[in-house]
Amino acid sequence: MTQPSNDVYAAIALSRFGLGADSNGIAAIGSDPRGALREEITERFAPVPVGVELKPTSDLLVALYDFQEQRKELRAQPVAVAAPPVTANPGLQPAMSGGDMKAGQPSAVPKTMASPPPAAAPYLPQQVFLAEVDARFNGTIHQPLIGFGERLAMFWANHFAVSTSSGEEVHILAGAFEREAIRPHVFGRFSDMLLAVETHPAMLTFLDNRQSIGPDSKANAKGKRGLNENLARETLELHTLGVDGGYTQADVTTLARIITGWTVVRDQSPLGASGTFAFNANAHEPGDQTLLGLTYADNGFGQGREALHDLSHHPATARHIATKLVRHFVSDMPPPALVQKLSATFTKTDGDLSAVYLALLGSDEAWDTKLVKIRSPLEFVIALLRASGEKPKPNVIVSALAAMGQPFWAPSGPNGFPDTVDAWASGQGLSTRMDVANMIANAVPSQVDPRRFVSDSLGPLLSEETLQAVSRAETRSQGLAIAYLSPEFQRR
Amino acid sequence: MTCELVTPTRRAVLGASGALFAWAFIPRFAHAAGGRDPRFITIILRGALDGLTAVPPVGDPDYESLRQSIAMTTNGPNAALPLDGFFALHPSMPNFNRLYRAGQAAVVHANATSYRDRSHFDGQDVLESGYEAPGRVDSGWLNRMLEGLPQGDKVASGGSNLRGLAVGANAPLVIRGKAPVLGWSPSSLQPVSADLPPRLMDLYTHTDPLFANILAEGIATGKIAAGVDVKARGGPGDPAGMEQMARGAARLLAQDDGPRVAALAFEGWDTHAGEIGRLTRLLTGLDNSLAAFEQELGPSWKDTAIVVATEFGRTARINGTDGTDHGTGTAAFLAGGAIKGGRVIADWPGLKQPQLRDGRDLAATTDLRAVIKGIAVDLLGASPATLARDVFPGSGFVAPMKGLIA
Repeated sequence: MTQPSNDVYAAIALSRFGLGADSNGIAAIGSDPRGALREEITERFAPVPVGVELKPTSDLLVALYDFQEQRKELRAQPVAVAAPPVTANPGLQPAMSGGDMKAGQPSAVPKTMASPPPAAAPYLPQQVFLAEVDARFNGTIHQPLIGFGERLAMFWANHFAVSTSSGEEVHILAGAFEREAIRPHVFGRFSDMLLAVETHPAMLTFLDNRQSIGPDSKANAKGKRGLNENLARETLELHTLGVDGGYTQADVTTLARIITGWTVVRDQSPLGASGTFAFNANAHEPGDQTLLGLTYADNGFGQGREALHDLSHHPATARHIATKLVRHFVSDMPPPALVQKLSATFTKTDGDLSAVYLALLGSDEAWDTKLVKIRSPLEFVIALLRASGEKPKPNVIVSALAAMGQPFWAPSGPNGFPDTVDAWASGQGLSTRMDVANMIANAVPSQVDPRRFVSDSLGPLLSEETLQAVSRAETRSQGLAIAYLSPEFQRR
Repeated sequence: MTCELVTPTRRAVLGASGALFAWAFIPRFAHAAGGRDPRFITIILRGALDGLTAVPPVGDPDYESLRQSIAMTTNGPNAALPLDGFFALHPSMPNFNRLYRAGQAAVVHANATSYRDRSHFDGQDVLESGYEAPGRVDSGWLNRMLEGLPQGDKVASGGSNLRGLAVGANAPLVIRGKAPVLGWSPSSLQPVSADLPPRLMDLYTHTDPLFANILAEGIATGKIAAGVDVKARGGPGDPAGMEQMARGAARLLAQDDGPRVAALAFEGWDTHAGEIGRLTRLLTGLDNSLAAFEQELGPSWKDTAIVVATEFGRTARINGTDGTDHGTGTAAFLAGGAIKGGRVIADWPGLKQPQLRDGRDLAATTDLRAVIKGIAVDLLGASPATLARDVFPGSGFVAPMKGLIA
């Protein structure tokens, strides 16, 4: 076997650590792929989604609260007279109206329209959610040359998963959560990300900490309310130490006490402005607390901040994060030596994530030319969009991802989506991948030559068999579909 | 999944520009040619139609031995329909047979473009671009023909003279180019072709056991269709889908101020294995499409010419899997009230070993460009000089075939 060329590393940089080649193929980073990847780290390049509807959390929550109030008032009113039906403009009926005729009826005998339901007011949380999806899939994913920062944003957002299906607040905030608590820190310190996440209204809502009240706090004078351990448990089990991280039930309860009072202001109050994080001293459990053998004096919010700081520096956390990173980027069975190396870097640098990534990229395992991982549906869709340059409407992307088993920002639990080959390699999964690949292949301008596409975008990873299957395809779009569904394109 | 990508395709661009209401400006270009108001339709069969199965030369003494298990005969079950004593027609084309009897359909056999290699993409490139060799051109001969036609008196000055209709999810190359073209697609043109899973299975089996297993699992559990025997799903490689495309196109062409030229592409003709069953389905779709054009065009049918062409033919000899591989000469179908039909036009090269091209393909004796040029001149009033220079560049030596139009 010949020595791998830079082209191999370019292809691996794009598929294993990036978002996949864009229409320029791997040549764009061919001369110095490792350097280009390092540069995305030193430049801290994690693009931030922007758009008119992408507002800060507090603005979104205030808008949501208004929306909820209005809805309440509407419901309280007696049944209103139905809105007059929207009549289609007959002038827009013939032939090509809207460019999308239905079911082979070009002569357009206008059907008598049953009166359509009155147009529902846009559902604010979904409207914002779709705007976030649009900004990402039609914007940020197309920006970077490689996209390591974007991949990390996805990795950390999944590590600190929230789910839009848990209620209207998270539904409207999932994007803001990622923009505010994840993206600014993906190249920074783990402790900063941890604090940003655990104090973010989306997380406090998703894991019920808003309801958690110190049993002996002033807010519980009547003695009827108490702790909710949800956020504390997931902070220990999922976010920091890991399930085998050596904590006990007593530690969970203690951390829950420590973070009582961490809440979100619903209406303007002495605590702060509506829609913002607040520390409610009245709900905070008084007293010193001992967590994992360390005692934290009761100094209000500082008690929790210090506890999180120590958790973020715990050796179990270093090991947990190192393992997850290696599993995500390298192998379902993380090589222990590599985990150890990353874990040591994490500890030595006080959780400087960029240093950890550089340690990962400095390893031989990271550049093994054997492709053992499979792109998750999210990664697959992004790779398809990058490769094709297509920019579908956000609801198309949302339904595609849901059909593929990875509904966007909606994992079934706080542990996020799985990150192993087994999870995504199924007949059902492949079936939906075929549909999505086919949809994109049909949308791509038909002058794109699939033979050229596979060799440009897969470079030396392209197998002779795949090139042949693509070349033998009956149509260009079938050739592209085969390229998209080839093992080299689906693996990374 | 039935969600539709919204991309700035030609379809969307036209929808947004308002040009779609420019029908009043559509030229009656063909008044230049014998006072007709003609319709010209091109149907591309992607995948290389086996002309020897579609229009079997049952009178050729070598045919049966070359084709063995897939040889067509004019007796027995599934008998081919006799055309002229030498050639017969695949039994799944009763409508074409009826038109042939009525003098409104013809076959051009042993034809080819100028392409002599065996890549689908390049073959389609040559067939549709009208250039001698494959290249990365972005316009097709039908579009350039539109550009060069004499304009009728209803043409508005400026660029709003929409005259062509492209049917399908993508405009076929043959009709892409500078002349404005309207795109239309039935809404159901997204399904995965039945052909894709077997092709992937072949690839995975050779390269990736995990993917081969999950594809097999998908097929076993019914999540993924196994292939050619898949039920109708409505795409361009499916009989129902073909008919739907044809019917839609015909309704647009039938309008008084509708487009006069259309291009469609049907898929799935790459019959490497199990050719008989597959062509039976596909030819049924093509046949029903021709009938749909006839029905929907109504009075305009008498001024209509349809050319059905494919990128190349297939090997004369059957292969090891009851199919045929990529070859050269093939059959083209002509249909429409304007066609001087009832005949098979062929300078038959014969099927003896030395007569085959490279010892394997039906040799091509008719240049497909001559056929198209003939129709363009006699039906549409195109000038032979423009055809030789702009439409089929470098084809001056290929004379328009005379007498194709009634």
